[in-house]
Amino acid sequence: MTFSSKNLQKIEQLKKKYPKVEALTLPLLWIVQYQEGYISLDAIKEVAKYCNKSAMEVYSVASFYTMFNLQPVGKYHIQVCKTLSCKLCGQEDIFSSLKNILDINTNQTTDDNLFTLSQVECLGSCGTSPVMEINDKYYENLTPQKVEDIINDLSKKS
Amino acid sequence: MIKEVKIVSKNFDIPNSHNIEVALKNGRYSSIDKLWSYNNQDIIDIVKDSGLRGKGGGGASAGDKWALMPLDGDKPNYLVINCDESEPGTFKDREIISKDPHLLIEGIIYSAYAINSHQAYIYIRGEYKEFQDILQSAIDEAYSKNFLGENIFNRGYNLDITIHRGAGAYICGEKSALLESLEGKRGHPRLKPHQKEPEWYFDNPTLVNNVETIASVPFIINNGAEAYKSYGTELSSGTLLFALSGHIKNRGVYEAEFGTSMMDYINHYGGGIRDNKKLKAVIPGGASTTILTAKEVENITLDYESLRAIGSSLGTGGMIIIDEDTNMVEALKNLVEFYHHESCGQCTPCREGSSWVDTIMKSILDGVANNRDIDKILEIANTMNGKTVCVFAPALADVIRGFILKFRDEFEGYIKVD
Ligand SMILES: Cc1cc2nc3c(=O)[nH]c(=O)nc-3n(C[C@H](O)[C@H](O)[C@H](O)COP(=O)(O)O)c2cc1C
Ligand code: FES
Repeated sequence: MTFSSKNLQKIEQLKKKYPKVEALTLPLLWIVQYQEGYISLDAIKEVAKYCNKSAMEVYSVASFYTMFNLQPVGKYHIQVCKTLSCKLCGQEDIFSSLKNILDINTNQTTDDNLFTLSQVECLGSCGTSPVMEINDKYYENLTPQKVEDIINDLSKKS
Repeated sequence: MIKEVKIVSKNFDIPNSHNIEVALKNGRYSSIDKLWSYNNQDIIDIVKDSGLRGKGGGGASAGDKWALMPLDGDKPNYLVINCDESEPGTFKDREIISKDPHLLIEGIIYSAYAINSHQAYIYIRGEYKEFQDILQSAIDEAYSKNFLGENIFNRGYNLDITIHRGAGAYICGEKSALLESLEGKRGHPRLKPHQKEPEWYFDNPTLVNNVETIASVPFIINNGAEAYKSYGTELSSGTLLFALSGHIKNRGVYEAEFGTSMMDYINHYGGGIRDNKKLKAVIPGGASTTILTAKEVENITLDYESLRAIGSSLGTGGMIIIDEDTNMVEALKNLVEFYHHESCGQCTPCREGSSWVDTIMKSILDGVANNRDIDKILEIANTMNGKTVCVFAPALADVIRGFILKFRDEFEGYIKVD
């Protein structure tokens, strides 16, 4: 894996913002994830070169954070909140309708590689629960009907 | 009854208030001239006098923390803003950064100047990308107006703000874990020092404050310490962006002064319990604060001292409202799963304890536990208290004890074997 030239420029900018290159570890892992869709072992070796670490050290960091995907995920990564405020407001119905519509279970990807389903902890959106995040976008105040519409829309777009 | 007050949330309802022109029309950056008439120490003293307390959950005196920063050391000072906001039931900082980001930027300018810092980082939880983008646009606007960058406001002061994105780890909200993460490491909390000292970012003195704490500073600079102290109680001065979620009619974030009656708050802003059910319990300030029964809530006021006095804490002020139909065993299982998943794994009592309790909770729900298992959970909770690097485990212990001691009959209702 190599960084695109645009991303290499971004990295040069980032270096100026931190006192030490070690601090670039998380920003670089994010750049990889956007560029490649997930973080391969090969990419980890590449990141290590830029932040004065061994590949093993970078791997240890990458594996600590749940948002870093060390395996490929579908085009749309659905993260449904399962924590208390969402549970009190009906997240179980949301999760089961997602399972039904997509015909997959948690941590699985649909056969067409379009959707990956994850259950996550509090998304900081408890006042508008139940909620899910698809890639970087929040979907709030969900109902099973809304979930169906959202998934249909995304399927059509692809 | 409720006295409505808006210090931090004043511009939340103004359309496009995240835009710098709208922000400027509505009072943002208006105390800048006042700022330059003070020196660092003056500002620290004003903040100390205002009684401002950290709004990230701990409630430490902001001024006392600022005073720990060396003003003439030979190392650079750093200001780090905590926007990790991962405590279940808490969703207030997100309101600030998406509805009035310039209030935060203005607060950062004042605070950085006070502690003689030229570089501020905002550590934001990875999931908040949408809101991070709004905040970044506001920062870009501030740069283009020369409110940030070199020689800001032509006053010879340099200040940069960099947003640093987390990647999904609750523990990174704990300030020392946050700094480890900001250094590019796993988010493992650090051991606490023996005496009071600043935090350290790559061995440089660092101040960590919550978004809302910093967003409260412009009001204080503009109106003075006394004006801020005129809200709230003697020891808990000012206001907080309290919030309501769960079984309540109008969920959301509503600012109120400390000392407000919790029931008045729930009825006035929340409109009462959803579906006209009866209240069973309230988790008062984010998941990590000890649960209160409906009876305990009757006469409680929303300030640090009152909640401490009944064995809970104010936390982040994010109240989770629980109605009479809620199964408390399932609710505790849900929270234990959260802590089990989020334990950073560094300390054995926390890593293993959260896992054991989760397993036993499952066996209770499955109907295969006995009465001794309930006591075993309480024993495990005891082993988690005071034996770990950070307060994650003690908080979990309190959560467990709160549920079991206050609602033990519900747990016993699941026991079918001897
Ligand atoms: C497990 C844990 C999680 C925390 N999460 C947050 C958080 O998400 N946001 C926050 O501002 N403070 C959080 N804190 C509190 C911080 O450690 C720190 O006290 C705070 O950011 C200091 O700022 P303040 O004094 O302005 O509140 C957390 C503490 C612990 C122990
Ligand atoms: S509990 Fe789901 S967003 Fe907070």
